[in-house]
Parts: sequence; C-alpha cells; structure tokens
Amino acid sequence: MTDHKPDIDEVSGVETTGHSWDGIKELNTPLPRWWLFVLYSTIVWAVIYMIFMPAIPALPGMGGTNTPGLRHHSDRALVAQDIDKLHADRKAASTKLLGASLTQIENDLELQQFALAMGESAFGDNCATCHGAGGRGAKGYPVLADDVWLWDGTLGGIETTLRHGIRHTEDPLTRMNAMPAFGRDGLLTGNQIDDLVQYVLNVSGREADAAAVSRAAPIFAQQCVVCHGADAKGNRALGAPNLTDRDWLFGGEPRDIQQTIFNARNAHMPAWQGRLDDATIKSLAVYVHSLGGGE
Amino acid sequence: MAFMKRHETLERHSLLLTIGILVVVAIGGLVEIAPLFYLDNTIEKVQGMRPYTPLELKGRNIYMREGCYVCHSQMVRPLRDEVERYGHYSLAAESMYDHPFQWGSKRTGPDLARVGGKYSDEWHVDHLTEPKSVVPDSVMPPYAFLKKKKLRFDDIEDHLKTLRMAGVPYTDDMIANAKADLVAQASPGADYDAEDALVARYEAASGRQGSVKVSDFDRNPGEPTEMDALIAYLQMTGTLVDFSTYEADDLNNRR
Repeated sequence: MTDHKPDIDEVSGVETTGHSWDGIKELNTPLPRWWLFVLYSTIVWAVIYMIFMPAIPALPGMGGTNTPGLRHHSDRALVAQDIDKLHADRKAASTKLLGASLTQIENDLELQQFALAMGESAFGDNCATCHGAGGRGAKGYPVLADDVWLWDGTLGGIETTLRHGIRHTEDPLTRMNAMPAFGRDGLLTGNQIDDLVQYVLNVSGREADAAAVSRAAPIFAQQCVVCHGADAKGNRALGAPNLTDRDWLFGGEPRDIQQTIFNARNAHMPAWQGRLDDATIKSLAVYVHSLGGGE
Repeated sequence: MAFMKRHETLERHSLLLTIGILVVVAIGGLVEIAPLFYLDNTIEKVQGMRPYTPLELKGRNIYMREGCYVCHSQMVRPLRDEVERYGHYSLAAESMYDHPFQWGSKRTGPDLARVGGKYSDEWHVDHLTEPKSVVPDSVMPPYAFLKKKKLRFDDIEDHLKTLRMAGVPYTDDMIANAKADLVAQASPGADYDAEDALVARYEAASGRQGSVKVSDFDRNPGEPTEMDALIAYLQMTGTLVDFSTYEADDLNNRR
C-alpha cells in the first residue's frame, strides 16, 4: 500500500481507486464541497457550543461537576424563572382574589373574569376528569352545574371541599362520613333491604309497595334517620343526600338503591391543598360556584 | 496529501478499520456515559425515595406488560406549561429504582409521572374498566379484565431479589415478608399487624411518613387482583420525593 500512481479515468478525468473488475474501474470521486463544508461547520459549531454551554465533564475527583459554559445555562433555573414570572404577573390579581368575598368578586368584573379564566383552565386539567366538562358529572361523580349539593354549595364550602377533599383520610380536616354497608356487613337482612328500597321509592314520589313501605318505616327510623333525617331530606353537615328528589348520584332505579343500601357508597375526592396553590383553589371555587348552583 | 494517504490505509484494511471504529466509539461512550456515574450534579440528593412495595412492583409490571408506556409518558419536562399542568418537573432520582424507567416520549394520553393521589381509587377503577364512562372523548382501550384476573405473586420474592442485584435496596426483611406485604397493602382492616409492619418497613426506607397507601384499590374485597396492583402503582407514582426538602437552587441540582 505504498505509493500508487494516480490512475485517471479517461472519460471523466477523475481519479480511480485503482481497482479493476472485468476491466471496469471505480471512480474515486471526491466528496462534494458543500458536504465537506457542512461537516466542518458542525465541528466548528461543537467547539463554540462547548465554550458557551455546559459541556465538558470534570475528571473523577476534580470537583464533580462540568464546565458551566459562558452562558451558565440551566433548564431548571429557566423554568423556575418562568414560573416566578408567571406568579409575579398574577400576583396582584391573586392577592386580591384570596382576600375577596363572594359579593366583592361578583361586583368586580375584572376580578371575576380573572378567577373564572383561571378556574376554568384548572378545572379542565384537574376536575373534569371526574366531574366532566363544565361539571356535568357522571354516575358516581356529582354534577357541579346544578343546585343539588351533598355537602355545601356556598363559595366557602366549595373551597373547603377543594382544600381538604371528601373522605380523604390523609387530611384530618377532610369532609368525613361513612354510610354502613347494611347488607354486606349483616346489619340488615335481604328482605329488610328490599323493604327499604320500596320506602325510598315512596319518599322520592314514585310508586311503591304500600305493605313494604310500612314494614320499612321503623327500620328507616332506626337506621337511616340519623343522617338522612326523618323527612328523608338529607343533611348537608353529614354529606347525606336528599332521598326525596329525583337526583341520584349512584342511580335511582330499585336495583341501584338496593346496591347502595347493601354495599354502601362512600365516594372519595382527593384533597387539593398542597397540589394546587391557594389562588388556583380559590379561582376553582369561584368557577364551580358559577356553574349554575352556587349559593 | 500524506494525511489523506494514511486515511486510505485505514480504508483498505478491514481489520484496522474495525479497530479504528471501536476506538472512536469507545472514546465517545467514555466521555458521554462514564461521567454520569461520578459527577455530583448527576446524582441528585432527594429525600423520600424508597423501593416500590411488592404490590406496587407487581402493578408496575402490569403497566409494562399492557404497554401503558406506548401512550403515556412519565416525565414532566422542565417547561412552564408542563409544570403548571402536572406539577414539579421530574427528577432523575425519581426513577432511581425503575428497571427499566418508563419516561417515554409519546403522549397519546396525558403524562402519568404525577398521577398518584390526583384521582380517587374509584375513579381509577371506573376509568380502567371503561375509560369513556368518565372521559367521554378518551381513545384509551378498556382494561376491565384486570378486575377479574387474580394477581399471581408466588414469585414476588424473586422479583425483589433480582432488583436487589440491580441495586435496589430491598432488605432481607422486605424480601422475607414480600407476600405478606403484598396482601396487606390491598386488604385494609384484614390484619392490622401485617399492615403496620408493611407501612413501617417501607416508611423506614423512605424516611417519610404517609408514603405507603393501604387500600382496597379495586373496591372488591378478597384476593388481590391485577386491578389492585395497577392502581396501587398509579397512586404511588410521583408522590415519593419530598419536594419541601428538595433544593432546586442547590448548585448540584441545577442543570
């Protein structure tokens, strides 16, 4: 592999590789200039990049970090800056919102719009997954756009629910109450539950077996009145639903009611304090309050 | 040019060329990968990370088996919009016990790095059973069969042992009690001693209270199902690191 005499192809005038297959020679065409230019440019760019951006790691035992580069670039510092800026932009309105009462928010168009805009986007990210877009709800997940409230429909009440959740046992201030599983845990017999179903149908204004209703009356008085009240209209302090209306979180068919009494329904909502900041929680409360049923 | 001629020497000897390629690739690997093992600022200091409990680990295996990573990433990037939506950006330390990690880059569904605790167990059951029942425009397929499949965990000790070989600090105690821990986490109230022992074991590893959630995740008492395991895993994701003690401004945590 010492000196080759350059072998020039007659037709193209380009040097060949010197190999010959059946009399055919391979051209040794040089790389195009533009290609070489791109190649060398990337090498030059790499050197510039190393000077300006964090790049070269230290050897073991030499500080345990890398060269910071002239720009001291840090993605994490940049995102922290972005977030700080966002909070600074919102600060004036957020502070005002945190201290404002319902009437103050309703009377201040600008503040109201700020809260609703922020609440709507936070709702879409965090709440719509269960409560549906616009708070339309689903079976097992309360509708937020109507005036039926299990716990508290005031602005402050909604905010408390958001902060501490419902049956979120990790939070000592959570809204807590549990319906017993009357059938599963053997508190009532199957027949007694069937009678109670008729009783509930009756108080919600539907056709029911009169004999069963009268059999169930003492059972209702003994087991259910504590939370649902003697008139079966529920008790918001305990999160006990009104049984006399047509709104059924877990379904109002006899079969659903039977299931509810047998196995109990104790839905759970996570606490959002700590996950969302105070201003976001307040704006969510304002947004939910505005959906249709706020008190 | 003499230089170009020397290059020709490489090109004309296949063995020499192979050795040359190996040398160049080795230098690249050495410079790019080796420093990650000793640089302070690639080894974050965080509090709260612990090995996954046996039930969470089983759930994680189901997560991988069902290919959840194909549509869901587990990586909140350090960008304002992502931090606003999902929470604190993901740290490398949060995947330190992941073998393999589930970062992903395809988001047909949302990122799941911080889904833990965001929704209730009931929601997860409803959603996995029929995604459209709670998210009407969802394109996620239903995984209702997980509810019916009893969790197979006769090999759980071996999983823990294998991961210990890969560097996950499972203690002898954790391995010996793996089966009991797995059952206890999915059956609250069944055996308080077993429950307390599980929580104590893994909270000690985490150094932080409240990092082990015991629940009947699939809302179906009895033997643990695959649904129990998967929800246990999902409810844990992204909740372990204690961000109140994490110092993002620490020079070693900046990058």
